[in-house]
Formats: sequence, structure tokens, C-alpha cells
Amino acid sequence: MNLSKNPNLRRYLWPCAGLLLLLLINAIIAPEFFHIEFKDGRFYGSVIDVLNRAAPVALLAIGMALVIATGGVDLSVGSIMAIAGAASAYYITKGVDNLAIIIGAGLLAGLIAGAINGFLVGYMSIQPIVATLILMVAGRGIAQLMNEGQIVTFDHAGFAFLGTGDFLGLPFPVVLVIITFVIVQLLTRKTALGLYIEAVGANPSASHYMGLNAKAIKMSVYCVAGLCAALAGMIAAADIKGSDANNAGLWLELDAILAVVIGGASLMGGRFSIFLAVIGALIIQTLSVTIILSGIPPKFNLLIKASAIIIVLLMQSPLFQKQLSQLNIWKKKEANHA
Amino acid sequence: MRTLFKTLTLAAAIGITATANALTVGFAQVGSESGWRTSFSESVKAEAEKRSITLKFSDAQQKQENQIKAVRSFIAQRVDAILIAPVVETGWQPVLMEAKRARIPVVILDRNVSVTDQSLYLTRIAPDFELEGQRAANWLTEKTEGKCSILELQGTVGSSAAIGRMKGFNETIAKFPETKIVRSQTAEFTRSKGKEVMETMLKAAGGGKDICAVWAHNDEMALGAIQAVREAGLQPGKDILIVSVDAVDDALKAIVAGDINVSVELSPHLGGPAFDVINEFRGGKKDFDKWIKMGGAVFTQENAAEELAKREAK
Repeated sequence: MNLSKNPNLRRYLWPCAGLLLLLLINAIIAPEFFHIEFKDGRFYGSVIDVLNRAAPVALLAIGMALVIATGGVDLSVGSIMAIAGAASAYYITKGVDNLAIIIGAGLLAGLIAGAINGFLVGYMSIQPIVATLILMVAGRGIAQLMNEGQIVTFDHAGFAFLGTGDFLGLPFPVVLVIITFVIVQLLTRKTALGLYIEAVGANPSASHYMGLNAKAIKMSVYCVAGLCAALAGMIAAADIKGSDANNAGLWLELDAILAVVIGGASLMGGRFSIFLAVIGALIIQTLSVTIILSGIPPKFNLLIKASAIIIVLLMQSPLFQKQLSQLNIWKKKEANHA
Repeated sequence: MRTLFKTLTLAAAIGITATANALTVGFAQVGSESGWRTSFSESVKAEAEKRSITLKFSDAQQKQENQIKAVRSFIAQRVDAILIAPVVETGWQPVLMEAKRARIPVVILDRNVSVTDQSLYLTRIAPDFELEGQRAANWLTEKTEGKCSILELQGTVGSSAAIGRMKGFNETIAKFPETKIVRSQTAEFTRSKGKEVMETMLKAAGGGKDICAVWAHNDEMALGAIQAVREAGLQPGKDILIVSVDAVDDALKAIVAGDINVSVELSPHLGGPAFDVINEFRGGKKDFDKWIKMGGAVFTQENAAEELAKREAK
């Protein structure tokens, strides 16, 4: 019982419980869900698919968690995905074979886009939702220009590995998420950076008087978000061996924000957890798979998704928990017992 | 000044009557959001050139307000006819009335317009989605002799293409009791969703061993699906038949490679019939069907290479 009373652990309890519940539902409606076999040197099964397909949103969510922790939001990550995919595709179709250049181009595109966002938010003090809206709208146009309005398809085994390859039996996008997660986690928890980010988000003026350079911190989180988005965009492009400027990453910024919120973060800024943001992304993807497995007609997709997410969010709300516990018989017994 | 202007207009008028056939036609296109849209624009331009029609082309970048502006400027330029490929159905009444008052005939291409007065436009030339669904189903039921378990990738929920294709296909397979859609889900007309949804569907359907075909509402989803089928260790086009609509270049290449079995063409060649209608109208014909249906060709392994060569020659 101490576990549920410790607020720090309780934060982790509900999102993880939500994910487990969804996985359980999947196992009930499709018994083969947890069936994993080792085939052609890689693990193969629905659970692996969930991890693999959640990778782009998980990457976006890692970047988004940092941005939201500073009290901001980045609406442009979906468009940055399209730009990065288009940038890589551009070099491949131009005949460049050097993987470092191709991936470098994508990452650089993401970094520039993130720097523009960070500059507007940090140094120009434009409200994040407005500043990043610019690239959200214009970014897709930039990607379309790079692709000349077409879906550019390419064939490059090295680049395709980003989306379809496997490493130690795991799909490579999953490996990329793990690497990104470890790097960002180390950067934010083993240095003071995480504390600074939370301070800027929780109380901007206090952190200013403490001597924190809020501008540079904001700049850096948008750059990280841009880089994460670029990585996600290259995975998406490599996966279908093509860059689709109209649809790559479309509306994924909203999924990323949702993932962070499901992970219990406040949009007002402050405390964040990269781990919970990734759990949030997994919840969203598991839900999509649940809907497909259940065979429910597609017109109910959005309704089901919305209902499930409302339930997860309600479960996390302290007020709702309190009201629920008043209805709970066991709790009353326990109180009598005490 | 006024007399000068008058002489100029007169001279211009004489110029036009001198070359009676040289029509000027304005074309308000949606934009260039897909490969199909681009070939549609290209085909109208090529057709106009062939008939030595002066085409005034406007790209509205997916915005109706830009289209309305373009149509107004066509009216101001006193073109002989206007072609509109509308972004959305509603909101066309006022500008079409302006065109009618200026006595400029309007032909609607592709998507529909909803207006209370049907005399505001001559006709609409558009593909028939239901017919496409029927043709896809006909090919499949013939090939499998009416025995087939199908996975369906629907287009965007509520889009007219998805509704029409689904209806045409389902009505046709309803005559074959052993042809059934076992799973159906939307993949939103995109390649990446097509791949993702197909992965999950195949696993849910026991690895896809009992599945005989994938029916995708467009080529993009089919192209994504063939990657998923291949990654599941099956051969697309052989172990699982792939049936699709649109016949874009990438799909024809996939048909030639044997990955897709059939794609029903969503004909982008709407220009020719549109100019025919305009000529007939100028010849005195007043009454046209309100919807001239364009049924696309069916491309299979037999004729895809030929069509691809033809397109590349252009």
C-alpha cells in the first residue's frame, strides 16, 4: 500500500497499468498476440510490431517531453519528419551513396528546423504554439518543394536499414529509440541539464534570478526535438523506401503531445519523464493495434481511441482517483480496519 | 484613349474570329498534391496543345478561394470556356452565376459541385468509383473462380473514393458466397499506413496463409502492403494476390515486376472529353448528361509494360 501512496511511484503506476491493461485486452481478443518467434535472424510477432511502429512517435515524444517540460510545445515535429525524409531522399536520388551524407542531411535539416523554432521561442519570445505553427504549415511546403510535389521513391540498402533492418534480433527503429532514450536520459539525469529544464518550465522568473540562461535552454530543447523528429522522419522514409511529403508524419505531432500527456506531464511545464513519454507512445500504438485486431469497422477507430485515452487520463487525475476511492468498498474496509 | 481601346478590342475580336478554332480555355486546377493530380494537369495541357487551344492554367494550391479568384479572372479575361476541378463541393453557386451571366460555359472535372441550379454548368466529367470497385472485383472473382478470403485496405473513412469503391466491390462479390472480406481497416490512402495495417492484419489472420488477396482502395496502400506481405515471408502477387485502383506509374512498375496483379485505372485523361463537350456546345448542342462517367482501363501483367512504355514516351 505504501507503493500507491508514494507520489513518485504513483506517477509511474498509472501509465504502466494502462499499457498492461491494453496488452491484456489484445491477448484476449487475439490469443496469438504474444506469440513471438525467431525467424530469419529477427524476432517476429505482434509485440515486436507494436515496438517497431511506435518508434517514430516514441522518438517525437522524447523530444516533445523536453519541450513541454520548459512550458513550450512543438507543433512542427510532424513537418520536420517530412523535411528530413525529403532531404535524405533528395541526396539518394541525386546519386549520393555515402550513408553519412544522406543521414547527415536529414539530421541537419532537423537541427536547422529545431534551431529556427528555438530561436523564435527563446530569443524572440514568441509563444511556442505560434512559433512552431509556422514550421508546421510551411515545413510540409518545404518538403513538397524538395520532392517537386511527387512521392520520391528510392532504392538504397544502407538507408533502408534505418527503417527495415534489424540489430540483435530487434527492428532497427527500436534500437534507435533505445539509443536516443539512453543518451537523452543520461544528459538530463546525470547532468544538471534536466533540473535546469524543469526549473525553466516550472518557474521562469525564479530560474532567471538564479542565473539560468533560459534562452539557451529553450533553444537546446527545440534543437533536440528537431533532431528526434529528423530521426523519426528518416525511419518513416526508409520504411517505405520513399519520401511522401504530404503524409509523412502527418498529425504525429498531436500523437507525440498526447504520448507526453498520457505519461503524466503537465502542459504548463515542469517535471518530466522521458520513460513515461515512451510508455505513452506505446499505449497509443498498442491501441491502434487493438483496433485492427478487434475487427471493428474503421469508422469507430477515432471514437475508440478517444474513449480509451480519456479513461487513461482520468485514471491519472488525482481528483478522479479521490472520487473513485470514495466509491470503493475495499478502501472503506481498510479505513475501518485502520 | 477610349477609341484606341475600342480599336484594340475590335482588332482582338477580329483576331479571334480570323482563327475561329483557336479557343481560349481557363482551367482552375486543385493543385499538385498527388502523382495522379499531376498527370491529370499534364494530360489537360497536352490535349489543349494538340487541339491548339490556348490554356490558361491556374494552380489553386488546394484552396477554394484561389480557385474562385482564378475563375473570376478567367471571366474578366472573357475566355471561351472554363474548366474547374473543384477542391470542395460547396460554395460554387455565386461564381458559377457570374460565369453564366458572362455567357461562359463551365465544365466540372473530377470532384462534384453542389449547386441548386444545375444549369450553371454544362456537365461534370469524372471517374466512376463504383465502376472501379466492380472492375477490381470482377477481375478477382474471375481469377479465383469465386473462392477467396480478402483483406481490405480502405481509403480515408468517409471519402467519396473509398465509399464508391467499397460499394462497387462489395456488390460484385456478394454474388459469390465463397468470396469474403475477412478483415477490413482504413489505411488512409497512404503507403506507410498501408504497410503498417497490413502487417497487423496478416498476423491477426494467422500469418496470411489462408488469405488469397489484398484489395486496396488505392495504389499507395497496395505498394505499402506488398512490402508487409514480403516481410511476412510471402510472395506478393503469387501467394497473396494484390488488387488495387489508380494505376499510377509506380503501381504499373510493380505490376511489371509481378508484385501487384491488377490495378484499375483512375483515368487522369479528363481533358479530351472536356474539350469535346466544349466543341459540341459551341456547335449548338445544349443538353448534356450531368455526369459523363469515365471508366478506367484494367491493367494486369499482360498490358502494364505496354502502358508504362507509352507513358514514359510522353
